[in-house]
Amino acid sequence: MSAIVFAGSAQFTAISILAAGGGAGAAVAAATLMNSRFLPMSAAVGPSFSGGWLRRALKGQAVVDHSWALSSRGDGTFDEHLLLGASAIAYVTWISGTAVGALWGDALGDPDKLGLDAIFPAFFFGLLLNEMRSNRAKGVAALGTAIALTLLTFTPPGIPVLVASLASLAGLTRRARADVQERQEAEGEPR
Amino acid sequence: MTTTVALTIAGCTAATAAIKAAGPIVLGGRELPTWFTSVVILLSPALLAALVATQVFAEGDRLALEADTAGVAAGGLVYWRTESIVACVAVAAAVTAALRAL
Repeated sequence: MSAIVFAGSAQFTAISILAAGGGAGAAVAAATLMNSRFLPMSAAVGPSFSGGWLRRALKGQAVVDHSWALSSRGDGTFDEHLLLGASAIAYVTWISGTAVGALWGDALGDPDKLGLDAIFPAFFFGLLLNEMRSNRAKGVAALGTAIALTLLTFTPPGIPVLVASLASLAGLTRRARADVQERQEAEGEPR
Repeated sequence: MTTTVALTIAGCTAATAAIKAAGPIVLGGRELPTWFTSVVILLSPALLAALVATQVFAEGDRLALEADTAGVAAGGLVYWRTESIVACVAVAAAVTAALRAL
């Protein structure tokens, strides 16, 4: 499952439903909702990928949270090679980690005791702080947080993050678009 | 049970692959209109904030402040001072573990 689905949160979601006695349909539906956040992410990187449609679709499979966030250049484009490289490293460690866990998982004890569950949120938080340079970005982050936490208590897993992505529609305001245009013109070559 | 697991894995594989392929197929190799770029720039803070919030302020489907909340906050403070993502992650894990050990 680690080898072909390659999306931690969705895998955990599906497994917890199966473990609780749920059926395959419920498990797949929940995991798909969890992965629905990749829809806006893949739409964002789409224009940055080169190659024919099949190549682009294959490259799209490499999109995971951290490589997506890491390769964002902050101007709406993405570093294709950084994204693929970061995902390749994660893929190898994810699979080897799964194998180690399956073979020797009991010896490690409770990973929560080591604080390992804080690693991903801390990583994303660091990237977020790096993104929050403009007041607009800060406002969108606050709005995304508010949406996610409001929906969290009464919607299925995955929905809060998906809906929170709508906070980025703040980019449609006339002033936000004017800022982008200004920056592109300053860089000389509009893309 | 084995069939259920196999069906689940197959279903997850197909659905995830379709989601991830959609953007690059539909939008690949195009000129970007300004409004699209403008939204994409703000997609990072929106998604990152939501990912952090749902992992740090919640336990399952209820809101909860726990050791990892303090740990990630400490990591954020370190990042703000040092701009080092490695230090941020290390401090977050260490503080979380220390609080749980109390």
